[in-house]
Amino acid sequence: MNIEAVDYTTKIPNNVNLAEDRQVLRALESWHPGYIDWWMDMGPEGFQQSLVYLRTAVSVDPKGWAKFDYVKMPDYRWGILLAPQEDGRKIPFGRHYGEPAWQDVPGEYRAMLRRLVVIQGDTEPASVEQQRHLGKTAPSLYDMRNVFQVNVEEGRHLWAMVYILQKYFGRDGREEAAELLKRRSGDADKPRMLGAFNEATPDWLSFHMFTFFTDRDGKMQLESLAQSGFDPLSRTCRFMLTEEAHHMFVGETGVGRTIQRTCEAMKAAGIDDPNDTGKIRDLGVIDLPTIQKKLNLHYSLSLDLFGSEMSTNAANTFTAGLKGRFQEVKIEDDHQLESSTYPVLKLVNGEIKRVDEPALTAINMRLRDDYTADCQRGLDRWNKIIDKTGVQFKLELPHVGFHREIGEFKDAPVSPDGRLIDQATWSRESGQWLPSKDDGDFIASLMQQVVEPGQFASWIAPPRVGIDNKPGDFEYVRIAA
Amino acid sequence: MAESEHAAVRPLANGQTRIDFQTAPERYRHWKLKIDGDVATLLMDVDEKGALFEGYELKLNSYDLGVDIELADAIERLRFEHPQVRAVVIRSGKPRVFCAGANIRMLAGATHAHKVNFCKFTNETRNGIEDLSENSGLKSICAINGTAAGGGYELALAADRIMLVDDGSSSVALPELPLLAVLPGTGGLTRVSDKRKVRRDHADVFCTTEEGVKGKRAVEWRLVDDVVPGSKFDDAVMARAKEFAAQSPRNGAGRGIKLSPLTRTFAADGVEYGTLSVEFNRAERIATITLRGPSAPPANADAMVALGANFWPLQLARELDDAILNIRLNELDVAAIVFKSSGDPASVLAYDHFLDAHSSHWLAREIRHLWKRVLKRVDLTSRSLVTLIEPGSCFAGTLAELPFASDRSYMLAPTLPSPASGGGPGRAGDNKPTATIALGDVNFGAYPMSNGLTRLGCRFLAAPADLEAAKGAREKMLDAEAAEKLGLITFALDDIDWDDEVRMFLEERASFSPDSLTGMEANLRFAGPETMESKIFARLTAWQNWIFQRPNAIGEEGALKRYGTGQKPVFDTRRV
Repeated sequence: MNIEAVDYTTKIPNNVNLAEDRQVLRALESWHPGYIDWWMDMGPEGFQQSLVYLRTAVSVDPKGWAKFDYVKMPDYRWGILLAPQEDGRKIPFGRHYGEPAWQDVPGEYRAMLRRLVVIQGDTEPASVEQQRHLGKTAPSLYDMRNVFQVNVEEGRHLWAMVYILQKYFGRDGREEAAELLKRRSGDADKPRMLGAFNEATPDWLSFHMFTFFTDRDGKMQLESLAQSGFDPLSRTCRFMLTEEAHHMFVGETGVGRTIQRTCEAMKAAGIDDPNDTGKIRDLGVIDLPTIQKKLNLHYSLSLDLFGSEMSTNAANTFTAGLKGRFQEVKIEDDHQLESSTYPVLKLVNGEIKRVDEPALTAINMRLRDDYTADCQRGLDRWNKIIDKTGVQFKLELPHVGFHREIGEFKDAPVSPDGRLIDQATWSRESGQWLPSKDDGDFIASLMQQVVEPGQFASWIAPPRVGIDNKPGDFEYVRIAA
Repeated sequence: MAESEHAAVRPLANGQTRIDFQTAPERYRHWKLKIDGDVATLLMDVDEKGALFEGYELKLNSYDLGVDIELADAIERLRFEHPQVRAVVIRSGKPRVFCAGANIRMLAGATHAHKVNFCKFTNETRNGIEDLSENSGLKSICAINGTAAGGGYELALAADRIMLVDDGSSSVALPELPLLAVLPGTGGLTRVSDKRKVRRDHADVFCTTEEGVKGKRAVEWRLVDDVVPGSKFDDAVMARAKEFAAQSPRNGAGRGIKLSPLTRTFAADGVEYGTLSVEFNRAERIATITLRGPSAPPANADAMVALGANFWPLQLARELDDAILNIRLNELDVAAIVFKSSGDPASVLAYDHFLDAHSSHWLAREIRHLWKRVLKRVDLTSRSLVTLIEPGSCFAGTLAELPFASDRSYMLAPTLPSPASGGGPGRAGDNKPTATIALGDVNFGAYPMSNGLTRLGCRFLAAPADLEAAKGAREKMLDAEAAEKLGLITFALDDIDWDDEVRMFLEERASFSPDSLTGMEANLRFAGPETMESKIFARLTAWQNWIFQRPNAIGEEGALKRYGTGQKPVFDTRRV
């Protein structure tokens, strides 16, 4: 069978020869109804019967891997798709560096590996749950389709992780797969595992910020799992990254279009001062200082997802060869890190200092630094949009110590520009740095659903090109009456 | 590889020079004791920066000896200061974590002696929680909201009921073996098998699964009693606490007594307490504890309550406890503890009669149980124990347990009257009363050892008739000859032999290997049956302390040394 083609003869599309893997097929088929129940219960609210112009993976060839068509979301063909196996792939880091990549789970790392897969898996349905109300306030059919595309692919990513659990982890894996459908974002009794995935996504700016910042954490996690010495996980994550690129795109262009609309409206109204918030808001657009505050919030929440600066768990998974660094194979070093160091920002006697720490335990830190650089590139593009309109304003990433709940700075208030401040100063000033309730109310007031093809809400600019090169007035969602 | 005990001993935090076992709720850094009617809550909220030693932080509600000293103190206060409390809830003050157990970095950097003494003390504290339930009618609930790992779960195992929040991630775990290559050090394995009676194969899976067990399976495997959804958790815990309180036989309505701070004076070669003195002879490696007997007991129970912490049996028990702990943790070179006493044995018996007469009074009962625990602490102290019964001493009733707890006892026999010396009660020129020992009812049931037997029962395991004979001698002042005949002492010596015999014994003792002495004494002290408690201590000393010495744990490439570095331990794969 052609490894790059997807088998649609089984109920579950796949390129892993499920038809001949009866046991796993049976496990997945028995998991399927629960998944559909979950999707009906927790998937996009109010649009399950609508036809959505979605892409579905038909191959794992990076060129032309997807086809677009109208589909009702519950009928989406969620499948199991792994990137092609590389001949002779070696474990690229850790104490097993250079040994052949594992095709089966090494017994000594079973629990560690399962935990990595479960945590990654738990984030996928969580974001679908967080975003389920957004259809009601979509600023256009184009944007509505984008959130649904993100949602069905997060659903597929859940399938990807569940396949790994069911194929490689026996009964425990099946139990964990069932648990993934039982937890609920923000639920008091069965919350999702990570904090940021229990926060509400109340509006579209939050959604776009989330896809830019939080999904980018997801991308970094997938990047480091794509390096895994456990080959099936590596292959799964490599293909997930192909899809994840669209999620980054939705976030970056979503915020970018919001910025563009604000700047254009300011220019048209002759407003030069970006801080003239009242007048700008009267134009029905979101002022840039508020966008900066939202950025501060989502960036800092996402940094918490990387865990503590110094982490034994991260060091252990690296040494075990299960979770590497961003673009591990392109890094030139010994890939074992037993004697190297990495600079880490720490609090030392009341000052923020860069301290050399053992590189192994600073693995999280390195991934986070790569993340920050990746975020900064996006911000640079946003700032170019502002520059082009002639508005004098620059968006900036806050200091990594700002507004943190986890790690070195969790008990030390730090201003966005990186000054250690006292609690009183924080209480007095933090309203300028983080969105207030008033800011939230204002944004919420703009969230009006627009469903006429080609029309967009007042606060966001149309995209430059359509999805699948469709024209501007294309009906991306045919809303069921 | 031998661990260097003296090369790099980690300094105590904040410039402290010794570990102090005295604390009080207003000074707690890690626990909050809240009383709400008949239910108390012990809230664990460990201050990361409040470690006992320098060099580690107490993250994720992990603990060190300093944290446990506060817990032990809080339990004592529940007994004495809050007699109206009839149930206690132990829970975490931190979100998503109950307790991560003993702090690994602390263990990795601790001397072997500290690890052993730390484990011993924490075990005694856990046993104290069980004693609170069994004998004081104060049942405990452990409410686990988050992860309870290692010592965190072992703390829960000490409770009567373990309630776990069912949120899909909160779990109980004993990850010591897979994660650290050691064993749970606070009775975890024994309580899983003997107290909770977890099936052995389930226990095998549980104890080798680092992430532990959660939800329904935790109940099915008997690891916890209930799993409850988060939104109903607080109500369920409180309902259970109220139920326990309603069933409690504890009758201490009204006010408790204040456990006022002990009055102690530390000097270079000793510690002076109100009812006892500790004297260190560092050259000979001997600590002598001299207990001082009482005057007459108070008139009635109200007077006892009014005396509170100054009531002699209570004051002496607290001071003896502190003295023993101070020697255990701060005086590592002491080879032998010598017990002496001074006072009127009849007055000691009078206090025992007083406590017997008021045995239904909560305070009298608590004092008896405190003595029981202090004496167990003596039994479990890994130093040679010897009691010297001399003229003017008062080893009667409760205090007679000390010679029975000792590895040996020496009693000074009166010299025979002779025209030349004039004879006398003991030493020439000494006009103190003849050395006597006296038994009371207390020696036959009030103070069981960890193996469930009384010290005399254990002593006369081979000959029940001897125990009966001793019983028949209750309330009599027994001189050396009578005591030796009844088998109550090791040797009766007269003045001519006394000094030399005692000196040579102590010198010989100090010359032996301390390790082999510890092992031998622990073997010989606890004849007879095993109980869960005795198994916990025996297995701790046998297995854990062996593993704690092995390169697989503490070698440069061992699991404890490598923990937290991200490097994998390298094991010597030969099974021993």
